[in-house]
Amino acid sequence: MRSFEDIEQAIDAAQKSEEPISSAKVLLEAGEDVMEQWVSAHDGEPTQKEKEGFRLLALHRQGAKGEPSFNACRETCRELVYYYNLITLDKSHEDVAKRVVMMALVAKHLLYFVSGKMIENELGGFCCASKPLRANMN
Amino acid sequence: MDNKDKYKKVAYYPGCALEGTAHAYDSSTREVGKALGLELEEVENWNCCGAMEVKNVDTKLQTYLSSRVLSIAANEMKHDVVMAPCNGCYHNLKKAEYDLAEDDASVEVVEKLSTKAGHETYKAGQIETIHALDWIKKAVGEEELEKKIENSLQGLKVANYYGCMYTRPRHIFPEKDQGEGSESIDKPHYMDDLLAVAGAENVEFPLKTACCGGAHTLSDSDMSTKLVLNILQAAEASGAEVIATECPTCHSGLEMHQVRAEKELGIKTNVKIMYFTQLLGVALGMSKRKVSIHENVSDGSKLLKEKGIG
Repeated sequence: MRSFEDIEQAIDAAQKSEEPISSAKVLLEAGEDVMEQWVSAHDGEPTQKEKEGFRLLALHRQGAKGEPSFNACRETCRELVYYYNLITLDKSHEDVAKRVVMMALVAKHLLYFVSGKMIENELGGFCCASKPLRANMN
Repeated sequence: MDNKDKYKKVAYYPGCALEGTAHAYDSSTREVGKALGLELEEVENWNCCGAMEVKNVDTKLQTYLSSRVLSIAANEMKHDVVMAPCNGCYHNLKKAEYDLAEDDASVEVVEKLSTKAGHETYKAGQIETIHALDWIKKAVGEEELEKKIENSLQGLKVANYYGCMYTRPRHIFPEKDQGEGSESIDKPHYMDDLLAVAGAENVEFPLKTACCGGAHTLSDSDMSTKLVLNILQAAEASGAEVIATECPTCHSGLEMHQVRAEKELGIKTNVKIMYFTQLLGVALGMSKRKVSIHENVSDGSKLLKEKGIG
């Protein structure tokens, strides 16, 4: 399992790449890897199943079970899927470079949000509840 | 009674932020209301909604605190509708409403504390809680608003940012996702609708409900800065010149961490941050000063002047 630092580097590299299809794949995988971190930190086995054709969405659903505040990144996951579809369905579109940048920023937000939720010890159960999970992660 | 009339005079619950860091949101909301012929009656002797702090320690105490506000508005001031412009307050009043309808233990605590405090106990369903966005949509609507636009925001590219608490958790907002005209949980659009009528060009913005890091801002400022910087960069990549906000926590977070990102990370972003009520006020013909744009850390006065707006 990749660390958050490695995932962030992969996102940065994908954002700079000039090959949109491979960038989109890397960014979608980055989202999946972020979700794997969350699920594993909750003592779960990351699912290999797909929801609506995407493992990322199945992983998000798995991660939100028993943790309603995790739904705060549901739309971010869906935006990642949206940009993946936009890029891969029309790689020659005039806006494709912009779409890759947007997808990278969305992926990065997901990474920051999830890693932020895992970094704080006993911050409590309000809003975006952070849990003392980072210590048990690696 | 026309359904619009129900919303023309409402109880107003500003909450603590609008009396402090978000004074500009308070004054611009009041001014926009006046210009649109709407009336706000501030909830008398209101208290804290329970915010994040009380909710974290004792969720039922937060329900009581919010229920007291609802009780005063409904039982003492005899209002049918209470409007809260702050996402945190709006969220907590909605949560209290839900808890009192669904959870007997919450009802018991609220009854006990209300009796002890010497006011009438609030009962679920006595009053409708709405956000400032709902207020303008329901009391005025796009058609009527369009007729009152004197100073179009034409040419201004806006990313509409709703934050996390306006739509989450979805079960406390049963009126959303109810078909045509209702607000969307997944893709909120009320702010987009109103600012489009005011002439703004809304850009496609994928992070409109993403976390601003507000809850981390004191405990982990670096993470909040990263989250905010990402939102600012996404807005700029979308082509936005302004991020329109409707939550004081998001607004101050975006402003403060924009400054901090430049200072700590050396990354400067130029997008301006304004409350949607400030933009609407300018579009309705008010001066920038009247809607307190000068009070924003991210002062957009120069941008509006360059655009020939206001």
